[in-house]
Amino acid sequence: MSSRTFNAYGVWAIYRFEMARFGRTLLQSVLTPVITTSLYFVVFGAAIGARMEEIGGVPYGAFIVPGLIMLTLFTESIFNASFGIYFPKFTGTIYELLSAPVSPLETVLGYVGAATTKSAILGLIILATSALFVPIRILHPVWMAAFLLLTAASFSLFGFIIGIWAKNFEQLQLIPMLVVTPLTFLGGAFYSIAVLPPAWQTVSLFNPVVYLISGFRWSFYGSSDVGVVPSLAFTLGFLLICLLLVGWIFKTGYRLKN
Amino acid sequence: MSMQPILKISDLTKTYASGLQALKRVDLDIRRGEIFALLGPNGAGKTTLINIVCGIVTPSTGTVTVDGHDIRHDYRATRSRIGLVPQELATDSFETVWTTVRFSRGLFGCPPNPAHLEKVLRDLSLWDKRKDRIMTLSGGMKRRVMIAKALAHEPQILFLDEPTAGVDVELRRDMWALVRRLRESGVTIILTTHYIEEAEEMADRIGVIHKGEPILVEEKAALMKKLGRKQLTLHLQAPMAEVPAALADWRLALKNGGQELEYVFEAGREHTDVPRLLKRLIELDIAFKDLNTRQSSLEDIFVSLVSERQGAQA
Repeated sequence: MSSRTFNAYGVWAIYRFEMARFGRTLLQSVLTPVITTSLYFVVFGAAIGARMEEIGGVPYGAFIVPGLIMLTLFTESIFNASFGIYFPKFTGTIYELLSAPVSPLETVLGYVGAATTKSAILGLIILATSALFVPIRILHPVWMAAFLLLTAASFSLFGFIIGIWAKNFEQLQLIPMLVVTPLTFLGGAFYSIAVLPPAWQTVSLFNPVVYLISGFRWSFYGSSDVGVVPSLAFTLGFLLICLLLVGWIFKTGYRLKN
Repeated sequence: MSMQPILKISDLTKTYASGLQALKRVDLDIRRGEIFALLGPNGAGKTTLINIVCGIVTPSTGTVTVDGHDIRHDYRATRSRIGLVPQELATDSFETVWTTVRFSRGLFGCPPNPAHLEKVLRDLSLWDKRKDRIMTLSGGMKRRVMIAKALAHEPQILFLDEPTAGVDVELRRDMWALVRRLRESGVTIILTTHYIEEAEEMADRIGVIHKGEPILVEEKAALMKKLGRKQLTLHLQAPMAEVPAALADWRLALKNGGQELEYVFEAGREHTDVPRLLKRLIELDIAFKDLNTRQSSLEDIFVSLVSERQGAQA
């Protein structure tokens, strides 16, 4: 019995369990974001976009694609990861995880790995859906994939933290609704912050989501609001903060153990 | 090696953040291969004790070792040796029986072994249900599923927290049979129960825990012998008005309007005192038409232990 080594079977069991949940709810999981994105295209792309000028040489419809993918990545990563760890707490099946020979790292790899995979897949589906509506080009595909994965991973970690923190279903929704969605809408998903008055541009620079979206958009069209290095730094910084928080949670047993 | 206890609990205490002192001071050794029953009223600390050993609750002070491994520093070694069936029914409703036991085995770090899982499911009469979603199963079946999950990784120690609470007679009998088979295969079993007849029926040793402290740990037989009282009732041919002075050596009482003579004695003295009493009765020409004896159950013992203790504290 592998008692001192890395519990790869445990990670795989959690990962597979979570992916099976994804498979069971495939219709909702895929259909909902696809329909939502299509609606955005109808409204912003066709209805409003037709009256909008190109932004930095990119048609408006194509300009919003990276932001829309990011929006999906944020919400789906948080939702999947928070639900994944919250639900066992809610039903009581968490006892098994707590009594199993899995380390915090292995637990996080299983849950966050699965949530990251799911939202990365969804992100790519949104990208494919977008390509049906608008012409898309990706100048830096490797960077695009890197930003996609890093964002999915860090927001899944963030979701995992929310899932552990939440004491009820309302709290589970609280942070995504009150913090993430507003920051995303104000974070340049649908516009370049360059169009804002100077004062609001400065305010926007305090919104971390601006950096995430900007970097991702750069990987598509080569232009960005804040530059790719600060974008990458913010993404990695957010990932690091989430990692530290998760580490603290497992060290103290916060809302997991008495 | 076999003399070393498989589970060693020393100086264990637990005070919850709420201030509730669930465990005052627990020292307990569990022997390899035994069936140990932990008895106690609600809130005595039984579940807290189990949850600490399994890693679900963090102890305040004290140490626990499983097969020589510390539960905190070497948790992989201890947890992979333990299977836990908690009191509350908690299952993954949307999973099938098969995927949930396969999940448990993987989670506990074991490579896939369909043959073992099949055996576990067959032993628990779950094999026919393996493709069913857990939510479609009855309460009793769900409990079997939880046992199957706990056995999926071939543990050396099995904790059964109130295994037969709210379980029908058939399942209870099946469960007892399963526990015996597991013990024969070398698994150490620790169960908590409210049903004293369960402990009496199953256990090799019994521990009584009350208000966070073990107040007694004994071989079941010794416990019954030590604390069990026996009662001999003689149904007299002719009623008596009072106990004859010639029988003053025995603690006798007249019952049922003088028609029954009752003798209460400590278990173990039946070989000396009872024959002497009967001989004396014949000498005195006191005739009886029938006699019966009754041994106090663990229930009686438990009630008297707890009330003795409460009396001592008052």
